[in-house]
Amino acid sequence: MWMIEIPPFVPFFIGALIAAVTHGLLRNVLMVSIPIISALHLSMVPEAVHLQFAFLDYQLIPYQVDKLSLMFAYVFHIAAFISIIYSLHVRDTLQQVAAMMYTGSGLGAVFAGDLLTLFVFWEFLAFSSVFLIWARRTQRAYAAGMRYLIIQVLSGIILLVGALFYALENGTLAFSYIGLDGLAGCLIFVAFGIKCAFPLAHNWLTDAYPEATVTGTVFLSAFSTKVAVYALARGYPGTELLIYIGAAMACFPILFAVIENDLRRVLAYSLINQVGFMVVGIGIGTALAINGTVSHAFAHIIYKGLLFMSMGAVLHMAGRINGSDLGGLYKTMPKTTALCIVGAASISAFPLFSGFVSKSMVMAAALENGFNWIWLTLLFASAGVFHHAGIKIPYFAFFAHDSGIRVSDPPNNMLFAMVIAAALCIFIGVYPTALYALLPYETGYNPYDASHVLAQTQLLFFAALAFVWLNLRGVYPPELRAINLDFDWFYRRFVPNLLQKIFLIIWKKDKALRQYFLSTMDRFLIFLAKINDGISIMLSRTYPAGSMALWVAVILALYLLLSFIN
Amino acid sequence: MGTDKNHLFDNAKNVKRFLYLFYGSCGVLFILDFVVHRHIILSWENLWGFYPIYGFVGCIVLVQAAKWARTYLMHPENYYASEGKGCEIMAEFEDPPGVEEKSVEEKHCTKPGDHNVDD
Repeated sequence: MWMIEIPPFVPFFIGALIAAVTHGLLRNVLMVSIPIISALHLSMVPEAVHLQFAFLDYQLIPYQVDKLSLMFAYVFHIAAFISIIYSLHVRDTLQQVAAMMYTGSGLGAVFAGDLLTLFVFWEFLAFSSVFLIWARRTQRAYAAGMRYLIIQVLSGIILLVGALFYALENGTLAFSYIGLDGLAGCLIFVAFGIKCAFPLAHNWLTDAYPEATVTGTVFLSAFSTKVAVYALARGYPGTELLIYIGAAMACFPILFAVIENDLRRVLAYSLINQVGFMVVGIGIGTALAINGTVSHAFAHIIYKGLLFMSMGAVLHMAGRINGSDLGGLYKTMPKTTALCIVGAASISAFPLFSGFVSKSMVMAAALENGFNWIWLTLLFASAGVFHHAGIKIPYFAFFAHDSGIRVSDPPNNMLFAMVIAAALCIFIGVYPTALYALLPYETGYNPYDASHVLAQTQLLFFAALAFVWLNLRGVYPPELRAINLDFDWFYRRFVPNLLQKIFLIIWKKDKALRQYFLSTMDRFLIFLAKINDGISIMLSRTYPAGSMALWVAVILALYLLLSFIN
Repeated sequence: MGTDKNHLFDNAKNVKRFLYLFYGSCGVLFILDFVVHRHIILSWENLWGFYPIYGFVGCIVLVQAAKWARTYLMHPENYYASEGKGCEIMAEFEDPPGVEEKSVEEKHCTKPGDHNVDD
């Protein structure tokens, strides 16, 4: 059974190599078959440590399988399969290779049994994914990718420092419960938090994802943040601070999403909002809450991928993605419209769609554990997400005013990928038992309770009613060609401007100081020359050099004359 | 492409029908509140029309808050595009005045057609 010892990232890294040297149909066939083969392989892998070796004084475990990591690995395979199909038309080797490396790195990270291995894949994730942004090949994508890379690498470095402190404090590098006690725990928490898009560290996501290529964003939406969610679920379950961070994550992005014009950026904000629910679940830390987090991550990767795919299809076909430029596309893109609505219903957690059966576990756990205000906040966030991702996205892209754009549905491979994702969204929503069977804990939770179904439907319908009412009254904020400043303003504008001003002052002072020094030196030299003048009279420096030469000649002549006389 | 075929929502009647259907559903859902016996955990849930009102009011508050935030946060699209400009220190490193600056539109905006480097 040597096959079992092959970690799941290996097939994908081999896939990256294959993608680099092949092209055309052969490459497509090989790329689609890799997630299938890898998933079949994974289904046979039992829970255990499959690979370990000693490194210096520490035991490294590059490949360790348990229920939590398996759950993420399954959905990563699904996401990879769908995204690869979605990008089959792409003729850009750079993107194909980067996508395979990125998927492999995500899988490597969720099976990492020690912090050093985790760090390696953490950085691999950053370096492989940035090419999906740069592959857009615009100046803006280049700049956004650069900022993305700096922040991601910074997160990795903090993780490495944290891991080293952790090894010092605990004498082991094994990746299990870490907790916030001690410096190491705090550092690793910050590293995970950056990748998880915690508030104030979230702008790498909203900045870079919408700048990536059409297909790149679909890959990006699946892995980075979910690896961070997985890492938090393993290292910090039951950390109360996470409940408040998660609630903040669920709430503040919806404000930005409502007024954002770039529809892929709206989805990026709603991604943070959804990850917020997962983070709350980790913070609560009970079996039900962790199940909620894991199943929500599972469902989220699929419906968020579907939404990014539908908006990608719009960008691909129409060449624009701003809400202000779009509208009326349902007329010529009916299939994309329908598929987008399935994604929108899933993210909004409508009964019979995937979000409903996963998000409700986190909400129920918040109530059961007495976090009433958090529950109320999450309920507000649920209504809010329906408002911006559930209604705004399909409405402004496909309905609203007729923009006059008449483009057809995207190529078949893109449509097929969306159909698979939509089918999974409905399947999970209708038959949640299939998802629940894979979860780490047995809780016997049933989402289809009459009270719950009614409550959620009421909440969503009346949230929609608010949208209709505001729209009919003409007070709904229109889509405008503008950007909204977020926290990244501090590092993109405020800090550079401040540094500029500080350096301007420093350089002015420096210039004045140097001038003062030079003029003082000058004055000093003149002073010396004057003194010299007084002493040496005729040979003084104030006479031209010629006179000195003359005097030397006179002295030599005199010397010659005297020697003759002698 | 059916350039100007009449589509579903081109007809104002269809929009109205859709809206009436929607209002009707909202009404039914609200009435169901009094019919269905709820299993509740929090006493708030038993308040008269708690979920519908929370959803409705929550969204109005959200939109108004976002509109208010827009007055501070909204800036022209090329706000960051001028990064590094107007910096006196960097003036000597910038292009000589003869070199024509590309407009922000040209530099950063994706035109239909060039967005896709893929095929």
